[in-house]
Amino acid sequence: MSTAAVAGQDQLATPVAPREHYLNVDYGVKSWLFTTDHKRIALLYLASITLFFFLGGFFAVLIRLELMTPPGDLVQSETYNKLFTLHGLIMIFFFLIPSIPAVLGNFLVPMMIGARDLAFPRLNLLSWYIYMLGGLFTLFVAVFGGVDTGWTFYTPYSTTYANSNVMLTAVGVFITGFSSILTGLNFVVTIHTMRAPGLTWFRLPLFLWAHYATSLILILGTPVLAITIVLVALERGLRIGIFDPALGGDPVLFQHLFWFYSHPAVYIMILPAMGVISELVTCFSRKRIFGYGFIASASVAIAILGFLVWGHHMFVSSQSVYAGLVFSILSFLVAIPSAIKVFNWTATLYKGSVSYQTPMLYAFGFIGLFTTGGLTGLFLASLGLDVHVHDTYFVVAHFHYIMVGGAIMGYLGGLHFWWPKMTGRMYPEGWARLAALVIFIGFNLTFFPQFLLGYLGMPRRYHMYPPEFQILNVMSSAGASILGVGYLVPMVYFVWSLRYGAVASANPWQAKGLEWQTSSPPPTENFARTPIVREEAYAYSPLGVKVV
Amino acid sequence: MGSEFSLLPEQASTIAAHVDALYYFLISVSLFFAALIFFLVIYFAAKYRRRSENEQPPPIHEDLRLELVWTLIPLGLAMVMFAWGANLYFRLSRPPADAMDLYVVGKQWMWKVQHPEGQREINELHVPVGQPIKLTMTSEDVIHSFFIPAFRIKMDVVPGRYTTTWFEATKTGEFHLFCTEYCGTRHSQMIGRVVVMAPVQYEQWLRNGNGAPGPSGEAPEVAGARLFQEQRCATCHGANLGGVVLGPALDGLLGRPVKLQNGETVIADESYIRESILNPTAKITAGYQSLMPTYQGQINEEGLFHLIAYIRSLTKTGEKAAETRAEQ
Repeated sequence: MSTAAVAGQDQLATPVAPREHYLNVDYGVKSWLFTTDHKRIALLYLASITLFFFLGGFFAVLIRLELMTPPGDLVQSETYNKLFTLHGLIMIFFFLIPSIPAVLGNFLVPMMIGARDLAFPRLNLLSWYIYMLGGLFTLFVAVFGGVDTGWTFYTPYSTTYANSNVMLTAVGVFITGFSSILTGLNFVVTIHTMRAPGLTWFRLPLFLWAHYATSLILILGTPVLAITIVLVALERGLRIGIFDPALGGDPVLFQHLFWFYSHPAVYIMILPAMGVISELVTCFSRKRIFGYGFIASASVAIAILGFLVWGHHMFVSSQSVYAGLVFSILSFLVAIPSAIKVFNWTATLYKGSVSYQTPMLYAFGFIGLFTTGGLTGLFLASLGLDVHVHDTYFVVAHFHYIMVGGAIMGYLGGLHFWWPKMTGRMYPEGWARLAALVIFIGFNLTFFPQFLLGYLGMPRRYHMYPPEFQILNVMSSAGASILGVGYLVPMVYFVWSLRYGAVASANPWQAKGLEWQTSSPPPTENFARTPIVREEAYAYSPLGVKVV
Repeated sequence: MGSEFSLLPEQASTIAAHVDALYYFLISVSLFFAALIFFLVIYFAAKYRRRSENEQPPPIHEDLRLELVWTLIPLGLAMVMFAWGANLYFRLSRPPADAMDLYVVGKQWMWKVQHPEGQREINELHVPVGQPIKLTMTSEDVIHSFFIPAFRIKMDVVPGRYTTTWFEATKTGEFHLFCTEYCGTRHSQMIGRVVVMAPVQYEQWLRNGNGAPGPSGEAPEVAGARLFQEQRCATCHGANLGGVVLGPALDGLLGRPVKLQNGETVIADESYIRESILNPTAKITAGYQSLMPTYQGQINEEGLFHLIAYIRSLTKTGEKAAETRAEQ
């Protein structure tokens, strides 16, 4: 009763920004470019990935414009192929993979464990510079000539036949991989060694379990991508036969190596979003998470099983029928931990105190879209059915439901949730709810028709298509225009809020979690005193009090 | 069959209805779970919406039975999907024994098809209805993928190896053929037309040569026999001599098990013969020495298909000879 009264008072009083915090300690350019503060590095990442997001989105707009009509009338085939290649490359390597870990993770991992910074602050800054260097290569490629291999670099096309900037692109992706590895290492060491007193493993917020699992994938998977890229470069540059059968190589070997990283990479994108959703669902239903242990172990199970399912990208690649069987059954198994998470989030709402602020709207959106994306994944894991839908728009729809419907909804939900903590300002709630709704509607209109297109047989990466596919393509393009507007609105009001937004209190959502126990925005050292943890994560219900 | 807007491609092969049945099953299961989740989320969100700022929800946060239920039921359903899909996959991977052999070569950006009677066509595939067709495919450059939506079949066409797929068309008509593995600039124009005809019309089409007949219009085994002579393969493999000392005999070889020098036994299928021509030292038949030079770069993919057709014809005559011997 007394705690509730205090919370109520806290809300009534007009919040005042702390006199000194990490944003106003210094304003110089140097203070940003040479910062080792994880919070400032998170903002550096935020600015950079936002740039890449809108660049990748711009390419998507051109793709959807071209596909309004069956013949190729807006751009030439060569240009179209470069557009979808750059869209994929930029969105995956320069937006989705760093999005939640490098922005929200960077900001929150130390704060959630009550630490002053990450274990290796200078490596953290280095990871941003590496990311930017890789990004510059990619920007250079995008501006001068482009690349047309698809983000998948399939051999022998990429090594022998493509006439575009394969090498420069490969160098860019190779370099950027190291920023992933550094971030992953930093998180693992930080979570192992720097937890506040009392913060045991099973008291960790699920956001941290998700980031721990993600970091394991980043560390173990990314080097394989780097090796694969080196092999591609050796074949393309020095004609050493590895993948091209004309040189004595095996083109399917490339697919094994590539997907050994790139399938787990899907989990790099979705696991952190799942972590965000666990934070949002608990806060906005004022409940402890249902099945904490199951959700935490599901993250680890996904990280491990995710390494064993790469062959489901190769059911029609001429890989052996028996390999197909093994990869199919493992793919079904990896679906189970995801299902467990969805059921537990849903159960968390039961008898909760549910409010509909913007972050929660994104969480609802995530659950709906991720469920759809996950269920359609079962279609692709079914061998005999995958033969038909493989490499069609069905696959395009499926992975956009996971990566855009799932990962980006999670990212935006998290960005709204922690925006007051990161900037000390509230975003405008009405506009934000409207944008969330517009994004949800635009997303479904864009990508649901693509499931139907895929089953009808429209192949992906097609510049031109038979006229009977036009209706669904027009619907998809119409949806994309709505989705595009939906993404621009938050961009505008987030920037607006930096100056005009209401000043945020330390804990505007009355959330649990250590990051809410310090001021908004936090001081450079995060906490005036190292916090001591005495309760489980998400202790929204007064558990101990009730029993006594 | 109107041209009305449809959500399913036409079902025009024996396998299509089976694939669609699995599709419907998956849609049903997905709709059930999606509806369940959507309903519960909306229902809970509405029923338990925050009515006052000071609400204290009850501490409900675990139930092992529930966790088991929503782990084991999806697991069971997933295993049904797995078994169903795997069963279909096996059917797709095993062409019937009486299938007609067609050869397909993919190259940037066209499909070349070789019929057993010598007919050749580009970006078109004429087949008789009701006859299983086995396609043996390879690529001259990058990876392509052979996709006929109405038949629900797809198989990558990979340089340096043979891949196979099969179908049996169930209705006459014209259907799309797409390349579904991104293969460069004109990938979306690497498309074609599958024409399914009544058997009589197919015979007529073969005779009239409506397609694009080859240089001599000769049957692939005839072209193969010519190539066999030109390359002087007979010096060692002595076509119909039943095998001489230098190289193993080729009649009756296709489809038979072959014992190798290293003790392994392999089936002498098309890929084995292809490899033995291009990379003869990879698998050496037991009892022979590694004498054969490579023919990499000297015989193109179509030539290889012709040689295989020729060796297959030896198999057939070999079988006939064996049969007549058995009858006598």
